[in-house]
Amino acid sequence: MLKSKTFVKKTRSGGVLKIVREHYLRDDIWCGSEVCKECKDEAPVLQEDACIESTLCVYPHYLLPDTNVVLHQIDILEDPLIKNVIILQTVLQEVKHRSAPVYKRIKDVVHDKEKHFYTFTNEHHRYTFIEREQGESANDCNDRAIRVAAKWYTDHLAKATWGRPLKVVLLTNDRANKEKAEQHGLLVYKCDEYIKSLIGNPELVDRLALTSDDQVLLQGLQNINRAVHQDVVAVELFPKECWVAPLSVVLQDDGPNDEDAEEDETPNKYLQILTSKSIVRKPTGRVVGIIKRNWRPFCGMLSQSQIKEATRHLFTPADRRIPRIRIETRQAATLVGQKIMVAIDGWPKSSRYPNGHFVKSLGTAGDKDTETEVLLLEHDVPHQPFSQAVLSFLPKMPWSITEEDMKVRVDLRHLCVCSVDPPGCTDIDDALHSRELENGNIEVGVHIADVSHFIRPGNALDQEAAKRGTTVYLCGKRIDMVPELLSSNLCSLRSNVERLAFSCIWEMNHNAEVLNIRFTKSVINSKASLTYAEAQMRIDDTNINDDITKSLRCLNKLAKILKGRRTEKGALTLSSPEVRFHMDSETHDPIDLQTKELMETNSMVEEFMLLANISVAQKIYDEFSECAVLRKHPSPPPSSYDILIKAAKSRNLVILTDSAKALADSLNNATIESFPYFNTLLRILATRCMMQAVYFCSGMDSDFHHYGLASPIYTHFTSPIRRYADIIVHRLLAVAINADTTYPDLMDKHKQAALCNNLNYRHKMAQYAQRASVAFHTQLFFRNKGIINEEGFILFVRKNAIIILIPKFGLEGTVFFENKDKPSPDHSFDSEGPMLTVEKHTFHMFDKVKVTISLDASNIQHQRIRMALIEPVIPGVSVAVAESEPEAKKPKLDR
Amino acid sequence: MAGLELLSDQGYRLDGRKASELRKVQARMSVFAQADGSAYLEQGNTKALAVVYGPHETRGSRSKSLHDRAVINCQYSMATFSTAERKRRPHGDRKSSEMSLHLKQTFEAAVLTQLYPRSQIDIYVKILQADGGNYSACVNAATLALVDAGIPMRDYVCACTAGFVEDTPLADLCHVEESGGGTSLSLALLPRSGNIALLQMDARLHQDHLDTLMEAAMTASKGLSKVLDSVVSQHLKEVSVLTRD
Repeated sequence: MLKSKTFVKKTRSGGVLKIVREHYLRDDIWCGSEVCKECKDEAPVLQEDACIESTLCVYPHYLLPDTNVVLHQIDILEDPLIKNVIILQTVLQEVKHRSAPVYKRIKDVVHDKEKHFYTFTNEHHRYTFIEREQGESANDCNDRAIRVAAKWYTDHLAKATWGRPLKVVLLTNDRANKEKAEQHGLLVYKCDEYIKSLIGNPELVDRLALTSDDQVLLQGLQNINRAVHQDVVAVELFPKECWVAPLSVVLQDDGPNDEDAEEDETPNKYLQILTSKSIVRKPTGRVVGIIKRNWRPFCGMLSQSQIKEATRHLFTPADRRIPRIRIETRQAATLVGQKIMVAIDGWPKSSRYPNGHFVKSLGTAGDKDTETEVLLLEHDVPHQPFSQAVLSFLPKMPWSITEEDMKVRVDLRHLCVCSVDPPGCTDIDDALHSRELENGNIEVGVHIADVSHFIRPGNALDQEAAKRGTTVYLCGKRIDMVPELLSSNLCSLRSNVERLAFSCIWEMNHNAEVLNIRFTKSVINSKASLTYAEAQMRIDDTNINDDITKSLRCLNKLAKILKGRRTEKGALTLSSPEVRFHMDSETHDPIDLQTKELMETNSMVEEFMLLANISVAQKIYDEFSECAVLRKHPSPPPSSYDILIKAAKSRNLVILTDSAKALADSLNNATIESFPYFNTLLRILATRCMMQAVYFCSGMDSDFHHYGLASPIYTHFTSPIRRYADIIVHRLLAVAINADTTYPDLMDKHKQAALCNNLNYRHKMAQYAQRASVAFHTQLFFRNKGIINEEGFILFVRKNAIIILIPKFGLEGTVFFENKDKPSPDHSFDSEGPMLTVEKHTFHMFDKVKVTISLDASNIQHQRIRMALIEPVIPGVSVAVAESEPEAKKPKLDR
Repeated sequence: MAGLELLSDQGYRLDGRKASELRKVQARMSVFAQADGSAYLEQGNTKALAVVYGPHETRGSRSKSLHDRAVINCQYSMATFSTAERKRRPHGDRKSSEMSLHLKQTFEAAVLTQLYPRSQIDIYVKILQADGGNYSACVNAATLALVDAGIPMRDYVCACTAGFVEDTPLADLCHVEESGGGTSLSLALLPRSGNIALLQMDARLHQDHLDTLMEAAMTASKGLSKVLDSVVSQHLKEVSVLTRD
């Protein structure tokens, strides 16, 4: 009767404990069904005629929900209608661990005789017990246990019922689990699928918790109930009948006079959800309470009152998610046309707008400095000049390397080190060298500015840098993380001066295999600061044969091997259209813009930086497994690739997304000969499917994988001048090689995790600010250029619009097919394609179109680029080729 | 999170047993040739080794010896590797001394000591792996060793623990159940007569429940006695096969 099975568990409580417990497998655990004659159950729970009328399952059946279904759909399971459910022990235990209230509820349900819920002790059953396999995660193991139990039930009941229809239906919302279950021939449905199929009980659907996303749609001023973007609010859900569907339409900005249609959550996200069926309703609700206000001073512009002498005016914030604010001011006349900052004071019950007061003026709207200031404020980028306290920790000038420094550092001044950077770069934080060793191997060194030597932990300078987190690069402006003296002078590895560095030196063979690695603090003297183009020229020009060039050629050769190896492992090459502005040297206006060109040398530098980062990550993780600051890039959920797969399918290509490697390979193969830009477009799309890479503390997380780089571990080490994470990594590495002392915060994983959160936030905001800056400069550019005709490709197809990418400018714009004023052209949308048919012309993704680009300055605060279709010609939609542009300016563009 | 659920609603315990079920018991006798009697016993993951020397002349001071019966000398120890965390002292600590004393009392009640006046019987037990019910494993192993040594006893001494969870008595507790903080009752029984050789209980229990708990422990002990009996007869069979002719 008893089968003994011992298994081994390891738990961590202080140390590693090996816990051995007995696990008995039994053959006297009954299936609990009335039908079964084989099982000698005295009081079977599951009924013979287990009938819930459903269109999906027309036969009697037992339900077998998985853990997540129980956790999230407990409301459904509690309904009197749902009977004859098998709850597995595995499920019950997992529920107990994850949520005590749900556990209590499911136990109550199980105890209810009327409900006919049966708990199957599958883990002690002889045939349904499974052992965790090598490398299998706990969740996967549980899922498998559930599938095995479901399979056993299916087979067992089939045998017991002699072919009479009585089946077991597995309910799961997990896509992977469902697929695997189907492979095993199980009956499996998604929970909502099943519930919706129930006949005669439509009200159950209302109880269906929404698992796909927990966003609630708030529509209309009444329902938003004076909540402002980023407030923490309490929401009441409407009954199902009142839910509305967000459309996959792109809303046009209709100027300030329009009804303030505004959602509390990011509205754009809603609008871009492609609806697969015609009516997919979203949970809709209203705000019933505001838990916490998150007001900050808002930037924007004044809309002057119509009445002349009025002192009350409305203020329109730059951020469209913020409602307009009523302020009282006597200087309205002067403030009009300026960007101003306003704080909200309160929002009375009777008022449509919140009340606020004027804080300060930022300058004339449309002015470059003003706009930059606005976008820095709006993205919460700390950009004030450094305080006296911070500056007091800078080294005294004139600064030179002292005897003590030399003592603890390796002298590498004799090496032929050079740096390769984009043109105009003043904060040079990396330099490279390579040389042949006597034994025929190659020594490769990456030298990183030793910022942590100047920024000591805990002082005001360090705190300020930690707060800023990153240097923000805007068009024509740089917001430094550390004061300029450090960033552009003492830390910058400029040529022909002695600088302190943190060096990472490998010994490699000619196959770029690392034989030996060494980290050391050093002193270097860079022999040349090159731009990518200069370095490329030296490599290509066979006449130059000096040391620097030889070293570069050698590095380039190794980099190619490294890159090949990385690609082999499945590293992704992604693409995003990036542009560079050519600035007028006096006015700093953009006079031309070109897409960034990538040269071999870019990839050469990148390759060695990656190698350094990975080596350092491994080193600091080995040394400090609990508190190493690392960077990870989670693999995206499979569903996020849908759009990419669909897009490729429209061109009869297949994109595999099972692994990074498969994706990389299929992206490489997805080319169309007659359409060379196609591959780039696909890569642009793939980039948008990706998740954000983030910093984290190794002690707080277990998943270290970097998806994009296909590396099991990664960190940032190579840019300490512009990223704070690198400074921390430098400190960790310095402690690891006994070059520096540690301090408490460095070893505290909770403090490290908090720091990582701030860094992630700052990086994200910096990225947004950068984009906003590019967008603003693009507008400036087109303001000067007038109207331009250009070719572009369709990047996305929406219900009422197409989104077009102009590769030449890296510009994205939307062409609408719906108009407020005039009747819109006849159009129909097919989300499967996805394609949009307008007046008999069908737009597919990646179609080539011709558009005219102009600046729409009708709304001074939100100026934007407007695009109109020229080709293909669709009557009523496309416009004639604009001729109005000044001829004089045209040649510049046609280059 | 709530503590461990020792007994599920379906009546299964953490390791899959039902409330009244014992762990798997396996035993062997005569594991050492050197000693007069020896036995090795596994009760689930609790593993005990018992060795018996004697009866022989009293060692040490004569004053210890009794004129009318044999002295029973017990020593209990635990291997350093017997628990999840390494033990510092294998024997001689308070717990071990107490356990030694308990064993002594148990076997004084069972062994016919009056047959061997002025002599001594040594019982050494060692726990090789501890997973709850150490005392009972020791008693059971020692019983087999005594049988192996051919020392006359009134009856087998069979010991078993029992706990009490949610109005249900649990037989033969494992370590997790024992350390859960509930009641734990150790009972050493002379099964045929139903006499109790030793009874010990930790933690509080309502008086009303004592009877059911005792009943469960008795049933479990009786169950064990059957197992021990079969081990002995099996052993006898093997030995008689070997010694035939």
